[in-house]
Amino acid sequence: MQQFIRKFYYGDIPDDISGEGLKPAQTGESAEEASWPLWEVFIRSKQGLDHKHAGSLHAADAQMAIENARDVYTRRNEGVSIWVVESKYIHASNPDDAESFYEPASDKVYRHPTFYELPEAVRNM
Amino acid sequence: MQSHQFENRFQQKIDAETKIEPKDWMPDAYRKTLIRQISQHAHSEIVGMLPEGNWISRAPSLKRKAILLAKVQDEAGHGLYLYSACETLGIAREETINDLHSGKAKYSSIFNYPTLTWADIGAIGWLVDGAAILNQVMLCRTSYGPYARAMVRICKEESFHQRQGFDILLTLSNGTEAQKTMCQDAINRWWWPSLMMFGPKDSESTNSDQSMKWKIKRKTNDELRQQFVDMCAEQVKVLNMVLPDKDLQWNAARQHYDFGGIDWNEFWNVVKGNGPCNKERLAARRKAHDDGAWVREAAAAYAAKRANKQEIKAA
Ligand SMILES: [Fe+2]
Ligand SMILES: [Fe+2]
Repeated sequence: MQQFIRKFYYGDIPDDISGEGLKPAQTGESAEEASWPLWEVFIRSKQGLDHKHAGSLHAADAQMAIENARDVYTRRNEGVSIWVVESKYIHASNPDDAESFYEPASDKVYRHPTFYELPEAVRNM
Repeated sequence: MQSHQFENRFQQKIDAETKIEPKDWMPDAYRKTLIRQISQHAHSEIVGMLPEGNWISRAPSLKRKAILLAKVQDEAGHGLYLYSACETLGIAREETINDLHSGKAKYSSIFNYPTLTWADIGAIGWLVDGAAILNQVMLCRTSYGPYARAMVRICKEESFHQRQGFDILLTLSNGTEAQKTMCQDAINRWWWPSLMMFGPKDSESTNSDQSMKWKIKRKTNDELRQQFVDMCAEQVKVLNMVLPDKDLQWNAARQHYDFGGIDWNEFWNVVKGNGPCNKERLAARRKAHDDGAWVREAAAAYAAKRANKQEIKAA
């Protein structure tokens, strides 16, 4: 019995000659395909609720991104409205700065209703 | 900060059950492990469509055909959720897919077995999806946020897969003698490969420890396999069928079923590419990709044309 493969990832998949990863794409595909942009998909599950991030996908343009999003993310009536935005237009806060970035809010306990102790007589406030 | 300080802080987050998100600092090995695991998981969803796709046009009724079509379509969606999660780690989609087509990346060995009869579709739903679900329910709590979220979405869809499989077998098990025989035969052929889906015994695989420490995996291969056996040993009674294991027996002391030894020679053979359908599966994937080239080109051309028109309108 050959047991030289000792590393396993998902279930029974061995790590023998598996992909190294982290290299830039080398592909024989046409430039068009390689350049299909990535889109972030946001879905409103019900009228009256916010759109919520559902995932991402590649598509040639916004119209096709919306159609693809319908096919993958709303197969079971999960949505009544879809937004797509090209991933490159999303700007995000830096997780490394999170501590100092959100720090100003942490010492303002008086912003919460629980900060105030009121007499019993004042009900339902 | 020194790199070991980063690593300590990372491990503290993991220990505190804080999810790791794409832009967070992570050890290189964590990123690499995830890229491999998630991409290979994605490949498994995609290649997994092939054995079942074989029966879509031959399903015994329109209802069964519609159900199987929906099931296989779900698997394509699962592949997409996972490819997207993988991309958040900084690897290009094309490369991931090229690795599958070049044979560099693997997929679950179970999909290298053929689907010989309609009952196989039932057995796949019950056993193969059943085994995958146990793995995936565990992965809903995996430490990498995008992977965990993809898993939650997938698990919601999977329960229908297992049920439709069991429903096929239940119908056959209440049918004619020939249908009953077909049902038992499919169970006989799919049982052992399904047990192999959980990977080698804990004593034989080394990277589980690191994956457990990083909370990528949260249960060992043997734990999951035992859970699966306990579940199926009960469910098979409803079918009035048997699992093809004469050593299968309830062990009151352990409060689990004991079961027989797995033929690991067969497992290694399939892993190394000598299973009944390894070559066929890869060839089918490559062909689908090549045959789809004109669709991708047409979509790109159409998008360019539409963008052009909009510019003219705006001008
Ligand atoms: Fe799936
Ligand atoms: Fe499934």
